[in-house]
Amino acid sequence: MDQWLIGIAVVFVVLAATLAVLTRDPARQAVVLSALGLGLAVLFAVLQAPDVALSQLAVGTALTPLLILLSVRKVTRRPDDGSSDLSSNRNEGSDPERT
Amino acid sequence: MTARARLLMFLAAAAVIAVFFAVACVRLPAFGSASHPYGDRAVAAALEHRTANVISSVNFDTRAFDTLGEESILFGTVLGATLLLRRARDERHVRAQAEDVMTTTRLFGALLLPVALIVGVYIVAHGQLSPGGGFQGGVVLATALHLAYVAADYRVLKRLRPLAVLDVADSIAAASYSIIGLTGLIVAGAFLKNIAPLGTFNEITSGGTVPVLNAAVGVEVASGLIALLAHFLDQAVEIGDPEQRDTPDANAQGGT
Repeated sequence: MDQWLIGIAVVFVVLAATLAVLTRDPARQAVVLSALGLGLAVLFAVLQAPDVALSQLAVGTALTPLLILLSVRKVTRRPDDGSSDLSSNRNEGSDPERT
Repeated sequence: MTARARLLMFLAAAAVIAVFFAVACVRLPAFGSASHPYGDRAVAAALEHRTANVISSVNFDTRAFDTLGEESILFGTVLGATLLLRRARDERHVRAQAEDVMTTTRLFGALLLPVALIVGVYIVAHGQLSPGGGFQGGVVLATALHLAYVAADYRVLKRLRPLAVLDVADSIAAASYSIIGLTGLIVAGAFLKNIAPLGTFNEITSGGTVPVLNAAVGVEVASGLIALLAHFLDQAVEIGDPEQRDTPDANAQGGT
C-alpha cells in the first residue's frame, strides 16, 4: 500500500513538473506550480517527512504561486489583459450580484 | 557568448555532473532499506539534548549554523524586496477601495482568521516536540493574516498589519539568532552551542536553546514574509503606473 502511494505521488510529481516546464504563460504556470507543490507535499508526507511536507505545503503551494501571480499582475501592462490575474478572479468570486 | 558555445559548455558540465551523480548513486543504500546511519546518529543526538522532534534538533542544534544561513537568506530577500519594491518617485499611490463582500465570506474570514493564527502559533511553539517549527509555523502565520484580504478587502488587511512593528520584529529576531549563537561562543566556547537548561523530555520547555532559536525563526519568518507580501501587494494593489495617469478609470480598475 505504501509503495503504491509513493509510486502514485512520484508519477504525479514528475507529470506536474514536466507540465510546469512546458507551460509558457506565467499565470498558468503559477497554478501548475501550486499543483506540483501539493504533489510534492503528499510525496514528502508518504515518505515520512512531515516537517518538509509542511514547509512545502505552505511555501510551494501558497506563497510562491501567490508571489508569481502578484508579479504577473504588476508586470502585465494592458488593463484588459488582466483576465487571468489574481484581483479580477477575486472580484469575480466576490461579485456583489451573486449575493 | 554565442548560443552554441553556451550549449557546449552546458553539455560538458552536465556530462561531468551526470558521471559523478551516477557513481554516487551506485553506492547509495537501497530505497526504503532499514539502515539509516545518519538517522541513528541524529536520533541519538536529539535524545541526548532531550528534543522530541529530531528534525528540529538537526535544524536548531546539530546544524544550527546551516539554519543561521537559511534565516539570513530570508532576511536578505525581504531586505532586497523592500528596497526594490519601494514606491518610485514617478509612481502614483492609489488608495485601495473598500469592497463589497458577501456576509458569509466575511463571517468565514472572521471565524477562520483567529483559528489559522492559533494554528500558526501552535506549530511554532511545538516545533521541538512535533512536526513543524519556526519556519513552517511562521509561513502559516504570515499567510493566515492574508485571510483578511481574501475575506474582506485590502483596507482591513492594512489595519491588521502594523508594518513598522513587523519590520523591527523581523530585524530583532534575525539578530537574536546570532546573539544566542554568540552567547554559546562566550559561555561554552562554540558558536550556537546548546547551553540552555535541557528541561524534561517531551515538555514544551525541553531542548535547551532549540525552542528559543525556533521561536526566533518563527517571529522572523512570520514578520519577514508579511513584509515581503506587503510590498508585492502594495505594488499590485495600490501603486499605479505613471503612464496611466491620464486614464483614471483604467487606474481604478487596475488598482482595486
